Amino acid sequence: MTEMSKIDSKSLLADVTAFIWAEGAMLDAKEYDDWLELWTEDGLYIMPMGEGEDYKNQLNLCYDNDKMRRDRIGRFQRGFSISSAPPAQTVRTLSRFRIEAAEGDVIKVTCAEHVVEDKFGRQRIWAGDAWYTLKVTGDGFKLHEKIVRLLNSDGMLNSFSYLF
Amino acid sequence: MSLDMPKFSDLDALYDENNARVATEMYEDPDLFALEMEKIFKNTWVWVAHESEFPDKGSFKLSQVGLEPVIVVRDRKGKIHCMVNRCRHRAATVCEVKKGKTSSFQCPYHGWGYGLDGSLRALPYPEQYGDDFDKAQHGLEKLRTEAYNGMVFATFREDIEPLEDFLGEGVRKYIDLFMKQGGGFPVKVLGEHQFSVPMNWKVQLENTTDAYHFPIVHKSFMQTLDGATEEMFDFLDKGRGWVEDLGNGHSIMMMIPELEDLDEGLDAPIPERFEELAEEIRAEGYPEDQVKKIVRAVGGAGFNLNLFPNVSFSLAFFRVLTPINVEQTDIRHIAIGMDGGPAAANQARMRLHEHFQGPMGFGSPDDAEVWERVQRGTKGAEDLPILVNRGMVDEEPGEYGPRGHISAETGMRAAYKMWKRMMEQ
Repeated sequence: MTEMSKIDSKSLLADVTAFIWAEGAMLDAKEYDDWLELWTEDGLYIMPMGEGEDYKNQLNLCYDNDKMRRDRIGRFQRGFSISSAPPAQTVRTLSRFRIEAAEGDVIKVTCAEHVVEDKFGRQRIWAGDAWYTLKVTGDGFKLHEKIVRLLNSDGMLNSFSYLF
Repeated sequence: MSLDMPKFSDLDALYDENNARVATEMYEDPDLFALEMEKIFKNTWVWVAHESEFPDKGSFKLSQVGLEPVIVVRDRKGKIHCMVNRCRHRAATVCEVKKGKTSSFQCPYHGWGYGLDGSLRALPYPEQYGDDFDKAQHGLEKLRTEAYNGMVFATFREDIEPLEDFLGEGVRKYIDLFMKQGGGFPVKVLGEHQFSVPMNWKVQLENTTDAYHFPIVHKSFMQTLDGATEEMFDFLDKGRGWVEDLGNGHSIMMMIPELEDLDEGLDAPIPERFEELAEEIRAEGYPEDQVKKIVRAVGGAGFNLNLFPNVSFSLAFFRVLTPINVEQTDIRHIAIGMDGGPAAANQARMRLHEHFQGPMGFGSPDDAEVWERVQRGTKGAEDLPILVNRGMVDEEPGEYGPRGHISAETGMRAAYKMWKRMMEQ
């Protein structure tokens, strides 16, 4: 990990926080086309179950490469999926940001995520830890890996018509 | 609750067999639900586990039989036991770890210790119970436990027929065919998705034998498939499949007959869409005939086998329902793969499972939505019946029972016939 002066790391933390907040706002607003553009082409969006970290060799809630992300968004948008037409509405907060590593053009950051969903006038609350691997590019940050592990991820959940 | 409760004396009014009509209260009466838990779930074989979920001596998993929490465990000799998760002293659960390995179960409250077979081994300061305290009379409440082809079932009844007779010849045949998706390896549980849905358990019992909904509810899933796979799932238009009553409430829905027996058709070349996977399996050192067998098994079987009252073998996974209350049911979608098989094959199976199943799948959330919509809809015009008469017009005798069109509700009628038989007892 590169040594960062306090000023550098504060400024980096402010920049990644702003990026992740903007990403969270996109997901709440369901601006999915913009969200897809945030990703590197070989990026992975994973929601694991339980404690395991060998995501490729374990069953996850989702393990999305570029094609699966685009198919998922297409499913949300085309109007044929009854669970997402209309979808639940969400409001999320992201907090407790910590930069775990910053080396070259790769930044690893973790935070807490709370999502409240509303559908049929019924609200549900979800909480999880999120880990981001961001790549620094000429266009700013790109999502290269995003892992969201819900509390009770390997227990009884409900179905989701939105993204974490 | 007693049999002669006047409220439910007329079972014909709840399920009218001649017209295949189900009364709305079947989905929403809490007293009826309580009676079902007693008359059905305490009086038949209920699926509790797959053997691979607790493979070693001392491995266990928690499960449920109806509303009752149970522990399924393998003792030191490898024998499978199922017992109620309740201390015989003051009722505390003796285990809250979902899955694991142990040498005994100890109650956290006063330390009563039980062996893997449920027998009471020791308790602190036993002298206060007097000299005639009989530990043999204070073991965990045991259920009778039997297994067929890796599937473990338990029952509270000592005197009902053996599991194999309850399943019957037809079910056993299709279980054996289903397990061929091990591709020459033993079938192993790889994980499970779980989600709870505000619906009566019978809404779910109906669904796994319902091909009629597939092109409607799962259109958005179909749109993400490659052409050849989409064609395969277009089983309503092709119309070669069927649904058949297999007796005792069980049924088979044969969607893709060419995938009934995975050992057949192995001479055909590997389809182009599986070529990349085949290459990965070859790279792991498997000979070509085995590669073909494994690749064919990866996609799963071509049918849903629906067992009364709580488990289905659905194409490539197990679906288990657990009733919670009259309007809440927990669902488990259990992913299976090849024990000791190539990593690439099991990865492919898990990615396929994630694609359709569970809280984030492209299929399950839409299923969950329509199930909930059924429960919400029953609040209106409660005197209207629910219709399960589709396909009665051209039903014919099949190999084991009535057989109907692939979109017929024959399997639901089979389940409700059994429901009635059990409620009459």
